[in-house]
Amino acid sequence: MSQPFRLNKEGLINRNKKISFIFNGKKLFGYEGDTIASALIANGIHLVGRSFKYHRPRGFFGAGVEEPNAKLQVEFNGHSEPNVNATEMELVEGLSATSQNCWPSVNFDIGAINNFLKMFFPAGFYYKTFMWPKSFWYKIYEPFIRKAAGLGVASIEKDKERYEHKFEYCDLLVTGSGPSGLASAYAAAKNGAKVILAEDKPRFGGTLLTDDVSIDNLSGKDWAEKIISELKSMPNVTVKNRSQVFGYYDHNMLVMFERVSDHLEKKSKFTPRQRLWYIRAKETILSTGSIERPIVFGNNDTPGIFLSAAAKEYMKVYGVLVGKKPLIFTNNDSAYETALEFKKNNVEPIILDTREEHSSELIDEAKSKGIDIRFSHGVIVANGYKKVKSAKIGKLNKDKNSFEKIETVDCDCICVSGFWTPSVHLASQSGNKLKYEEKIDAFIPNKKKQHETSVGAANGSFTLEESLKNGFENGSNLSAKITDTKTEIAIPNVNEKKYGAHDKFWCMPLPKNENPKRFVDFQNDVSVSDIEIALREGYRSIEHVKRYTTLGMATDQGRTSNLNGLQLVSNIENKIVPEVGHTTFRPPFTPITIGTIVGREVGMEYMPTRKTPMHEWHEKNNAVFVDAGAWKRPRYYKQGNETLFEASKREAKNVRENVGICDVTTLGKIDIKGPDAAEFLNRVYTNAWMKLPIGKARYGLMLREDGIVMDDGTTTRISENHYHMTTTTAQAANVLSHLEYYLQIVWPELNVNVVSTTEQWAGAAIAGPKSRDMLSKLYPDLDVSNDALPFMGYKEADFFGVPSRIFRISFSGELAYEINVKSDHGMFMWEKMMELGKEFGNQPYGTEALSTLRIEMGHVAGPELDGRTIPSDVSLNGLVSKKKDFIGKNSLGREAFNVESRQKIVGLIPIDRKSSIPEGSHIVQDQNAKLPNPKLGHVSSSCWSVENNNPFSLAIMKDGKNMIGKKFFAVSPLKNKSIEVEVISSHYVDPEGKRVRS
Amino acid sequence: MLYIKCPYCGLRAQKEFSYGGDATVKRPNINEEVSSEDWDNFVYMRKSPRGKHIELWQHIAGCRQWIKVQRDTATHEIFQTAKVTEEIR
Repeated sequence: MSQPFRLNKEGLINRNKKISFIFNGKKLFGYEGDTIASALIANGIHLVGRSFKYHRPRGFFGAGVEEPNAKLQVEFNGHSEPNVNATEMELVEGLSATSQNCWPSVNFDIGAINNFLKMFFPAGFYYKTFMWPKSFWYKIYEPFIRKAAGLGVASIEKDKERYEHKFEYCDLLVTGSGPSGLASAYAAAKNGAKVILAEDKPRFGGTLLTDDVSIDNLSGKDWAEKIISELKSMPNVTVKNRSQVFGYYDHNMLVMFERVSDHLEKKSKFTPRQRLWYIRAKETILSTGSIERPIVFGNNDTPGIFLSAAAKEYMKVYGVLVGKKPLIFTNNDSAYETALEFKKNNVEPIILDTREEHSSELIDEAKSKGIDIRFSHGVIVANGYKKVKSAKIGKLNKDKNSFEKIETVDCDCICVSGFWTPSVHLASQSGNKLKYEEKIDAFIPNKKKQHETSVGAANGSFTLEESLKNGFENGSNLSAKITDTKTEIAIPNVNEKKYGAHDKFWCMPLPKNENPKRFVDFQNDVSVSDIEIALREGYRSIEHVKRYTTLGMATDQGRTSNLNGLQLVSNIENKIVPEVGHTTFRPPFTPITIGTIVGREVGMEYMPTRKTPMHEWHEKNNAVFVDAGAWKRPRYYKQGNETLFEASKREAKNVRENVGICDVTTLGKIDIKGPDAAEFLNRVYTNAWMKLPIGKARYGLMLREDGIVMDDGTTTRISENHYHMTTTTAQAANVLSHLEYYLQIVWPELNVNVVSTTEQWAGAAIAGPKSRDMLSKLYPDLDVSNDALPFMGYKEADFFGVPSRIFRISFSGELAYEINVKSDHGMFMWEKMMELGKEFGNQPYGTEALSTLRIEMGHVAGPELDGRTIPSDVSLNGLVSKKKDFIGKNSLGREAFNVESRQKIVGLIPIDRKSSIPEGSHIVQDQNAKLPNPKLGHVSSSCWSVENNNPFSLAIMKDGKNMIGKKFFAVSPLKNKSIEVEVISSHYVDPEGKRVRS
Repeated sequence: MLYIKCPYCGLRAQKEFSYGGDATVKRPNINEEVSSEDWDNFVYMRKSPRGKHIELWQHIAGCRQWIKVQRDTATHEIFQTAKVTEEIR
């Protein structure tokens, strides 16, 4: 199959390797090194998509990142991706691309009816139309707008690809490998600086690949190659292609998107698809170049209309002609290079130059080659629906607001150049206050806030000589400050063509009675008339005009439309552009995949998993796990077909009747040492700590400074100046920070050290009436009697050759102990307990049974200590010392904390003794009261009391203690339940606490 | 992402730190009488300045030291960092 628009030998593609691909169901081929765009153009295909709003036929406009139209749905490597830029995506074998935003096909698109109804779709159409009738919104308007929104289709499949994040630090980051970027990187590298050079495209060199220049007698391309290969050989330099620096954040952190393997046919298993680089650079060189801007004219969005530099790039890089009958429409000299390139390839262009007849090096060369040049001319309107067929061109009068002569010329493409716009996105993101440069009709960086320096075209220097000089100097000076080394580099001799002045002309007038659409922003379908409407309707700020018309929004970020939009606003408003200002440039500069942002943090890697040393045992014994922060805790151990409810009841019951063991490794543990440790604890906890004997534990309560309970737990005095603190699993990290805060900042005079030992100790609780019998089996040589090891006692003892700590503390309310051994021995301890506990009916129990046990005892936990309760709310005022000061004490005197009707903890049981009360239910007097029904409290924890064999809940209720004996309703609109309940004491089982002391 | 110079560890990425509020707030002395007004000011009242602000950060994924950072709340510029025992002027 021949490629009608492929040149015979031009270009940098690999003609030895054919690549086949599919476009809209049709099999085509291109070459290695092609983009989807260049391969399609080579095959004579220009119609690739439909526009966003009017569904107008659209083709390619650019050759790289500036492309506003050619976004395709692309399938490759087994996944489908929307909005892929056809001008950037490299061709790979087997790739399949389809057009977006069209139905049933790009050739015949029903949505194109919008184009003929366009008078009904002006700017602000949606805002004005869908306001009424109000009832239409949900059922009619919203679904309709949703369907019309967006272009491609996001995949709903799981993304199987691998994405990575990388953190990198360097002295100098250079963003772009055009002449100024290469020069900067080279100079800095020679000074010994650590340099990263990032290039968005697959090929290094930027404009050096397409401009007809020579440097030190080498062609631009050869010089770029020479510099790149030298940079690659230097150990202090990282050179990256296919890498777009897309965001400039605080403190010189830049983020780069690397397309690692999208261009590869085969890759190894662990090669990521894309990689996100977080680069902290001491200095940044922004050598991002410039983007050609179009001139606005009628139907300027017709397929076959290109930026002139893109047309040149297709010829020089890809060996592809964008057309064989080109019209070149320009207001400056750079488009003449495109014309000369056409001519070189035996294609006859016509140049329409808006400037009056004059001469320059390039104009003279074009003339001498016999190219048809028409001065004071421009394209009024392009003819042709799916492809340019001809153009109505006009000779402009002296004021350039009307025509002296109008004629129609045949053409198959129009290459347009309205001069150049520096890519200032990164500079602007960094906080640089841009200034308007009259000489080039564009903004350039001016007042910097961060360590960035724009060079070359990005800074408004459009000659090679200036760009190189700029690059070498800045690269050298910036790096010398860091490395303290300065290597002299001779600035090379440059041979380039001199450009004449450009014409400050950017929008063609229309002849009378003609009104074709003149687009400013192709991607968002914003035309000249839309901007006129916005201004007519009173939008003045450029930011408002942007939002009303959608000019410069979305993935395009106004790359080709920004300045023309500003010019238009300033013309209508009779202001100059700097007064109009510019809209905010936002990252990312180009679209990046969600996968890259997420990186490896998906699925199991979303956060670390913490497992206790006994985890494997739990797994083997059918534990069903629950997440407690990052920890995995057994929720229950499933036997047979048991449900959660049945299993937790069995486990809890066994603790009440026999004995059970529970993995409590996850509890926070903090080692506290130092001569002032007791004084410190005395300030941290609400109760008294000065007289705790060695070998004794005490339950403690800590508050925040605002009087709210922060955490609770037991702390044991191991030796004179050594304490072992436990915290709840959830608050472990916060409590440690809290203690460090007071020790480092508030009371640095206290000689105390704290360190987390949560991971160092494995813990198991042994609970139940038979726990002492079991303990004596575990410690045959130890006196474990009530006298030798009383409630809140502590002993260190040998556990079958392993040192261990025994705490007689209880969360279940039963006679209970907690054994700690070094983590490495956790599994040994657990297995030994299971083995020796058999005769006592020992069973492991999970968090669900643990909750049941503590709820029916009325012990508070996270749901009660919810950041809103003070000690007296949860019946812990007995632990609040009146004699000493502590953190948060002063707040407890607040009036609101001491009113009679203050919320209090209570117990609830359903009147029918059967219905479980959903946690979170509201307590109300009258379940049928008119909303909003006054809320008297809420249910914080619920369980099935195994002791009394009926449901039981804890609740925090207004004036709770005086409500005991009264009946209310617990309503849960979420579960659609309303249960009549009776208020009882929160201590449902063993209110005197006899069992723990038995 | 900010780049914060821990006085103990050197320049580190913001994600290693956690924010701890205004560093100029002084807790009333323990075991000393304090008026309700002073106490309320300490617990609740914070300025929210636009511009220079001396604040606490903890190097939570590093040396675990609390440090002082003088930062511009509008621009994020960091002027100075110091140990909590040192003064920032």
